[in-house]
Parts: sequence; structure tokens; C-alpha cells
Amino acid sequence: MADFVASTTQNNDSPTSPAIQLVGLRKSFGSGEHAVHAVDGVDLSIAEGEFFSFLGPSGSGKTTVLRMIAGFELPTAGAILLEGLDVTRAAPYDRNVNTVFQDYALFPHMTVLQNVEYGLKVKGVSRSERRKRAAEMLEKVRLGSFGNRKPNQLSGGQRQRVALARALVNQPKVLLLDEPLGALDLKLREEMQVELKAIQREVGITFVFVTHDQGEALSMSNRIAVFNHGRIEQVGSPREIYDHPATSFVAGFVGTSNVLSATLSHELMGVAAPHSVRPERIRIVRDDAVGADVVVPGVVSDVQYLGADCRVRVDLDDGSHLLANVPSDGLVGVAIGEAIRLAWPRGAAFTVADTTTSEGGDQ
Amino acid sequence: MITAERVGRASGPSQPLRNLNRFFRRHPRAGLLTLLTPPVAWLLVVYLASLAMLVVAALYTLDPTSQKPTDELTTSNITDALSDTNVWSLFGRTVLVAMSVTLICALVALPTCFFLAKIAPRWVRRGLLVSMLLPLWAGYMVKAYAWRAMVSPAGGNRFAAAGRGGGGFMESVLGWTPGYGRVAVVIALVYLWLPYMILPVYAGLERMPTSLLDAAGDLGARPWRTFRTVILPLLLPSVAAGSIFTFSLSLGDYILPRLLVDGKERVMFGELISATLGAPNLPLAAAYTLFPLVMIVFYLLAMKRAGAFENL
Repeated sequence: MADFVASTTQNNDSPTSPAIQLVGLRKSFGSGEHAVHAVDGVDLSIAEGEFFSFLGPSGSGKTTVLRMIAGFELPTAGAILLEGLDVTRAAPYDRNVNTVFQDYALFPHMTVLQNVEYGLKVKGVSRSERRKRAAEMLEKVRLGSFGNRKPNQLSGGQRQRVALARALVNQPKVLLLDEPLGALDLKLREEMQVELKAIQREVGITFVFVTHDQGEALSMSNRIAVFNHGRIEQVGSPREIYDHPATSFVAGFVGTSNVLSATLSHELMGVAAPHSVRPERIRIVRDDAVGADVVVPGVVSDVQYLGADCRVRVDLDDGSHLLANVPSDGLVGVAIGEAIRLAWPRGAAFTVADTTTSEGGDQ
Repeated sequence: MITAERVGRASGPSQPLRNLNRFFRRHPRAGLLTLLTPPVAWLLVVYLASLAMLVVAALYTLDPTSQKPTDELTTSNITDALSDTNVWSLFGRTVLVAMSVTLICALVALPTCFFLAKIAPRWVRRGLLVSMLLPLWAGYMVKAYAWRAMVSPAGGNRFAAAGRGGGGFMESVLGWTPGYGRVAVVIALVYLWLPYMILPVYAGLERMPTSLLDAAGDLGARPWRTFRTVILPLLLPSVAAGSIFTFSLSLGDYILPRLLVDGKERVMFGELISATLGAPNLPLAAAYTLFPLVMIVFYLLAMKRAGAFENL
């Protein structure tokens, strides 16, 4: 623990430089007309000690950006700065970052302890010192008694924690995590989310976390960058991303959202730009007590029972539809085919830039 | 005909066949026995029985007048073979050649396969793999004589006629040739048996997730260290598997070596066995064969420890 405090104070010597800075980062595979632009101009600044998530569908470029920060891929253009230092072309072993791989990448011929002390051994840390630090780190991830096992004798969740310990024991400036929870079952994943967040708070290291699971990103992150087609659509805190999605893609990818076309928005709210409204802000009204709210008539076409809530699908006159989440007990008497009216407060709809090129991204 | 019968009865196989099916379904062990008996019998007769015959033949006595083996048993052939220092030094030389070939094959296969499995684009990989396995299609004797033409020195012989200088292909193109002798033997044997090392090593590297190499680099290991601490230990079983082929094939070879030493010396143990057999002294030749036989048994045991058989 003391080691991490020390490394944090060292970092404070240069308080002006962010932990990671990406400047005009690009990565293309192939060349000429067939070139695929996996990363197409990414600018980003990640602060010291942040839990930062890259969120996006598969093929959106988030993993490629992570691999470029780690040094496994060289950018086609742009720069990567670690604490103000240009490492764009540096080899992975010359960068003070460590990675937790999606498949954990534990060395199968080494014991858990040997895996964890590998980085320290490479750096020439004495045997007794590295044994001690590796054992401490294993203790921290609650695997203190598993040091002599081989990775194939561990469960998925345990391997995951070994991979975490193996990376963290080196006290990197930045820890990169490439969909580390993807291979775990739902219950274990939820446990690991809490645990990861706790470990990050404890060690104070900057975490860059790649995921396609919006729930994961929202629950764990200080900030999120939403990726789509090799670009960042929005950077912000989970609340900002959820409550004020900047683009129609973000609105659709993070949580469930209704995106109203520019025409419909103009008709209802007087602004000719696409708007987004979360289903839980929409309610069904039967009387005229709507005040200043936006009201639109429609026909119920589907009711999905979700427990406490029901999700009601309502077809509008212009052929589009809206989803509304309403409390189940307030839904008595709503039947499919019934004509009803939907209403939401003016403040609940936000203008979004239209970036959805294909329905629901490329996933 | 069968179809017609089936259509007629609309009930699948004939009654005796169905009874047989039912019998095997009820007695799975009987089915296993029926399946395994022929190959096991073949193994017992062809391999083990012939090996046993070899040991028995080594115990025969050679009748001095007729020069024919008699079935009077003696251990003198074996004790003679074991006490002959010339035999031991020839065997030592043979083992040295086989070990050199194996070592060089491994040294060539490791970087080549690494390039093939982890770096080369797919079309390069296919092309190179095919071209490296292509020599397996050519006849052994063709390759043996080709190598004689390759290494024959200046002022050499009839095989050198194609060369521009007085020498063979290596002399005229590379300006250097090992000439006839042990070096040429090792080079040619490496050429012959390299595919048997390439295949398991390539398969081993193909199976190794690239993320392991990324992880080592990520943890600060430079390429050489990654090779030494991650790639090599994980590939050891594959190399051991390949070495079983290169070692045993080299140990038993003597025809190509005989062509490549040009009668100057005897390098391979097989020559001694062949010559003794032609002497003719079948019992003594059989006694000599026990040397490589015992050697291979020990080699297989050592490679089993290295994990070679988990890989085959």
C-alpha cells in the first residue's frame, strides 16, 4: 500500500500533464481504397487516478486505441503521451503501463506466484523483495493461498484476479483493461465490478477500461468515452452520458432511448432537430392535466412486463414509435390497440446530433 | 439391389445385421474388442515380433564352415559387439551426427516457424509451408544423389559436370563447399528431416495465443527474454516431438551418408550393420542393431519426460 502512495506523490510532481493524452490518433489497416480506418482521429485526455471507460460496440475502435496505448499496435498517425512524455513509437516493454488481457494471458507453465512476480523479475527486483510484493498483491485480490497453483487449476474469476495482480504489482502509471469481465458469468461479473472499483480506489492508479457493456461502464467509471466507427461520439461522466446524450448513437447505445426525428421534434416542440427522450420520462395521460408538457397521441402496439415497470410501445401517426416505461400498477386497463396520449416534461427531451448511420451501430 | 430390398421391406438392414447391431449395442465391450483386435494384432506381429526376432537372431551361432547361422544359442555375439572399442566409437560418432542434425533442425525451425505462425501474412504462410514440405514428395535416392552433386568439391567427379567451375553446385554458386565428409552428411540430413521438426513446432506456435507474447512484452520483457522465458518453455514439448523424428531418422540413416563421405570413412552405424550382414554374419549384425535400439528407447523415455507425447 505504501508503495502506491509513494508512486502517487511522484506523479504529483507534474500536475499539469494528464496521465494519458491522445492527439489525432489514427490507425488504418490495409492501404489505398481498401484501407479500413479502425481508429479515425481520436483526441482524448485522461486525468491521473481516473477510472476511465472506452464504451462502444465491437469494431468501434476502442480495443485498437487501448492496444496502441499499450504499444502492441503502432498508430498510422497521431501521438500518445504518457504523463506528457511522447511514447507513440516506444516498445511495450519501454512503457510504464500494464494490461489485463481479455483472455487473461496467464503463462500456463508458471505458477500463480511466478506469474505475478514475472514483471518484477524482469525489472531485476531481488528475489525476496519480489516474493514479498507478489504475495501481498495476491492477498489483495484474495488469492493469498493460491500462489503455488497453475493457472489451469483456477476458475475464470480467479484467473481474472491473478491477471489483475500480475499487472498491478508493477505499479504502472496506467492500467489498461481489455474487456476483462467479458468471459465471466453475470453474477461473477457484477461482483468483479464492485471489486475492481474498490481496488482502483485503493491503489489510486489510472484505469482505462474497455467494454461494450453500457451497464458496466455506467456503474464503474468516473468518465466514459463512447466510441463509434473509430471516432469518439461523446466524453463525459456516466450521468452526463445517460442524461444528455450528445448524439443519436449515444442515446441509442447507452440505455434505451427514443430518438424523435427533426420533423416530429419541430411539430411537437418547435425545434427542427432530432431529440432524445428516455422511456422512463414518458408517461401515459388520460385526462387534460398536462400543463406545459409535450403531448403526442398514439396507439398501444405492445406491452412488455418487466416487473415493477412495464415497457409500452406506442405507434405514432407518422409511422414512428415511442417506448415508455410506466409503473406496472398504473397500467391497469391499457390494452393493445387502445388509443392513448403520451406526455413528457419539456426539459426531458434533448437535441442530439444525428450520427446513427446504421441501426444500432455495427453490433 | 440393396436399395430395392430396403424399399421392399422398409425396415433398414436385414435381420441378421440388425441382430448384430443389437448385440453390439448391448455389449459395448465386445464392439471395442472387434474394432481393436486387427490393429493390435498387426502391431504385435509386425513390430514387436520382428523386434523380438532381432534379439533372438543376435543369440544365434554362426557356423564357421558354412557361414550360416545355426540355432545354437550363445551370448558371444553381444559380448563381442559390446567389447569392441571401434564399434563404440563408430556408434558415438553416429549419435553425435544425429544430435547435431536434431539441434540444427531445432535452431532452424524455431525462428522459421515463429515467422510463419506469428508474423507472415496468410498467403506467405501458405506458400512457405508448402515449399518447406515439398521435399517430402521427392524420392530419397534422388535427394541423396542431388546432395552429392551439391557438395562435390573442385576437381571432383562425374556429378560435378553441371557446375561451372570444376566443383558441384555449392562450389560454383556459393564459392564454398564442405566437400565430402561429416559436415556434408549433417547438412544433407538436416535438409532431409527438417520438415519433421517444422510441422510440430509450427503447430505448437500456432496453438500459443499471441496475447502471451504481448503480455510478456507488457510486463517489461524484451524479445530475447520473452523467447527464453515464455516461448521456449511452452514449445519444448513440440521441439521434443519433432526431435524424435529427426533423431531416430538420422540415427538409422546410412545410404545418403555413404554417398556423401565418398568412401573416405565410415560415419554411420547403419553402414557397419549393413556390411556385417553382407559379410555374411547375421547374428553379429543383429547384435549391433541392439545399440541404436536401446538408444532410441532411452531417447523416447527422455522425450516423454519433456512432454513430447502430449503434443502428438
